[in-house]
Amino acid sequence: MTASGVLYIVVFFLTLLALTKPLGLYMANVFEGRRTFIHPAVRPLERLTYRALGVREDVEQRWTQYAASLLAFSLAGFLFVYLLQRLQGFLPLNPMGFGTKHAPANHTPMTPDLAFNTAVSFITNTNWQAYGGETTLSYLVQMAALTVQNFVSAAVGIAVAIALIRGFARKQMNTIGNFWVDLTRATLYVLLPLSFLFALFLCARGVPQTFKRYVRAKTLAGSSQTIAIGPVASQEAIKMLGTNGGGFFNQNSAHPYENPTPLTNFMEILAILVISSGLTYTFGKMVGDTRQGWALFAAMSVLFFAGAFICYGAEQAGNPNLARLGIETRATRTQPGGNMEGKEVRFGIASSALWATATTDASNGSVNSMLDSYTPLGGLIPMFNLQTDEVIFGGVGSGLYGILMYAIVGVFIAGLMVGRTPEYLGKKIEQKEVKMAMIAIIATAFAILVFTAVTLDARFAAHGYWNSPGPAVANVNNGGPHGFSEILYAFSSQAENNGSAFAGLNVNTPWYNLVGGLAMLIGRFFFIIPALAIAGSLAAKKKVPETSGTLPTHGTLFVGLLVGVIIVVGALTFFPALSLGPLVEYFLMLKGKLYSSLWLTTWS
Amino acid sequence: MWRQLIPAFRAMLFFTVLTGLVYPGVITAVCQTFFHYQANGSLIRVHGQIIGSSLIGQEFTRARYFHPRPSACDYDASASGASNDGPTNAKLVARIKASIAEFRRDNPDYTGPIPADLVTASASGLDPDISVASAEAQGARVASARGISVNEVRALIRENTQGRVLGFLGEPRVNVLALNLALDSRRR
Repeated sequence: MTASGVLYIVVFFLTLLALTKPLGLYMANVFEGRRTFIHPAVRPLERLTYRALGVREDVEQRWTQYAASLLAFSLAGFLFVYLLQRLQGFLPLNPMGFGTKHAPANHTPMTPDLAFNTAVSFITNTNWQAYGGETTLSYLVQMAALTVQNFVSAAVGIAVAIALIRGFARKQMNTIGNFWVDLTRATLYVLLPLSFLFALFLCARGVPQTFKRYVRAKTLAGSSQTIAIGPVASQEAIKMLGTNGGGFFNQNSAHPYENPTPLTNFMEILAILVISSGLTYTFGKMVGDTRQGWALFAAMSVLFFAGAFICYGAEQAGNPNLARLGIETRATRTQPGGNMEGKEVRFGIASSALWATATTDASNGSVNSMLDSYTPLGGLIPMFNLQTDEVIFGGVGSGLYGILMYAIVGVFIAGLMVGRTPEYLGKKIEQKEVKMAMIAIIATAFAILVFTAVTLDARFAAHGYWNSPGPAVANVNNGGPHGFSEILYAFSSQAENNGSAFAGLNVNTPWYNLVGGLAMLIGRFFFIIPALAIAGSLAAKKKVPETSGTLPTHGTLFVGLLVGVIIVVGALTFFPALSLGPLVEYFLMLKGKLYSSLWLTTWS
Repeated sequence: MWRQLIPAFRAMLFFTVLTGLVYPGVITAVCQTFFHYQANGSLIRVHGQIIGSSLIGQEFTRARYFHPRPSACDYDASASGASNDGPTNAKLVARIKASIAEFRRDNPDYTGPIPADLVTASASGLDPDISVASAEAQGARVASARGISVNEVRALIRENTQGRVLGFLGEPRVNVLALNLALDSRRR
């Protein structure tokens, strides 16, 4: 590790810390309906929105109605995105002619299964890329389908988090807010203004924003180069802020047009975590005790630092198989050293590793370096972050409701140890809440492990629809345990609505598109609906007074308990799978063992 | 849930217009006005002809030019791509071995260790930069191919080196296209 690399991570964290309170306070004001400094500009637009939707701002919903609205909205979103993709050839803003016979020779056809996967991916805030943006999608689809979902799927996450906070804050009420109002406020007051400013910043630093067709250049060496451009900045901004992560380009934020400089890189990583970090303060503010929010922030910070430094250390140490060939893997004054395969020079090791950690701390899933080429332990961190449900700041909204699930499990375990009914924030945590929290945590684990296992065993007939003939594992790019990691990572990423990938795996086949789509739906809605059920159940409860037997949930003891629960639940569920992938690969790498992909022929 | 479908579709229509058309439209208008160069891809023109983008790497194979990093997509800027080769992949080791052999053959004057970035494929396949060490390692070859002094080439490398932003963000780097342009336009 280098001094500038360590400084990078520390300065990053301090910046995040400094922004948490002001942004969190602002969001608390917005969602509690108080005036803020941008009300004069936004309030008329908000009123217009309610008229356009035909909803009343002052009517609240029970949790079941809230969930029904959310599901209906997601269904409508799915149909919009699916149809826009399938019909892109007939629609405007398509200068490259995707979906028509004038499409570039290297285009990827928008098949029904790919359109399904991508639509599910964007309504669930996953933004898994089975497609390569610049070879598949028209500008209209990038904007009117993907950018829109980048906003609203993130706003849905924030809405659920706010509803769950209300569950804790309220007493003896049967409503938890109005979905349409929360959705609208999250979009208009939080995501849109921040994205607007961020998009202008990005464009000023070199991110393109144009509707013109791709550029043809005659290179200095005399050959020709077609350069994909488009309305990138507007999408890049919300892609980061909304923890979406689906890139305009195939190579996502590693692409120089999405992330041109070290400064844009720093700001983009910050954009991944800033809203989620702010929401911890919003939580404390809305439940009437900001220490409760800071306790969650502290637990997240512990896990953040652990992940960032393990990943950075592993990547800087590099790959001994390459060091043996005479490559300088130590960092020097003039070169970054470490494992540079799949990384960009302008970012080097530290900010690539920090990005990999942050993007999986949250449900972002964008990448500025290729995780598939990470060293085994460097790749283990993102994978474990996914599998523990992305609660280290987490996705916008989903990080907060995720860690509150773990907090419920945590106080339940603590309650078992002393034989008392557990309480959290003055609410008795009873059978229903614990059951719901467990459903959320188990459903995603089920999707990851079962879908991985089934895929490992799946074989396909010749001339079939689902995949190329032979075993599904033949789609991997790497042999040995790394190939297993590719598949495990693919389902972890989709079930946890992340969207990053060990991208060597060929996932654009009907099998991977449909099973992956199913994993995304399970991961999204089997988490959100239990969270809303808990919100409804808690809102109806009385507040019980604190006694000497109450576990304080704002101190070090609780922070330690929460961190412990997250790691233990994750390890118990995934250790066997992880030891077949990254862990065994680590020891084999140290011994110099190499795999060719040819071993796969023995499978068929 | 079915009763909720009416506001759901109205909401999708409304937000599609607002965040899918108005928002990118306004951003485009502002960026095209104030950041015209960046908004159109930071393109470089020589005598009116677009020769590439200052942000996008391109292929150089001749000895008189500095070479960029290996690219898994052959610097195809209409289809970015990485190798996605894992650390225990025999293909990765074989490929890098070949790159090292090629580099040693082309640069017999350089005897130091190989900078890691020079023989590994970038993440985008379009990395416009190489590390300072990677540029220096090629200095002697470029100088002899052009019949100029190594010191002159070193000076050009120094001029085209970008340091860390604020002293700690990112890595010191050399933009290959800018450096090669500087070589070509050097006063004789």
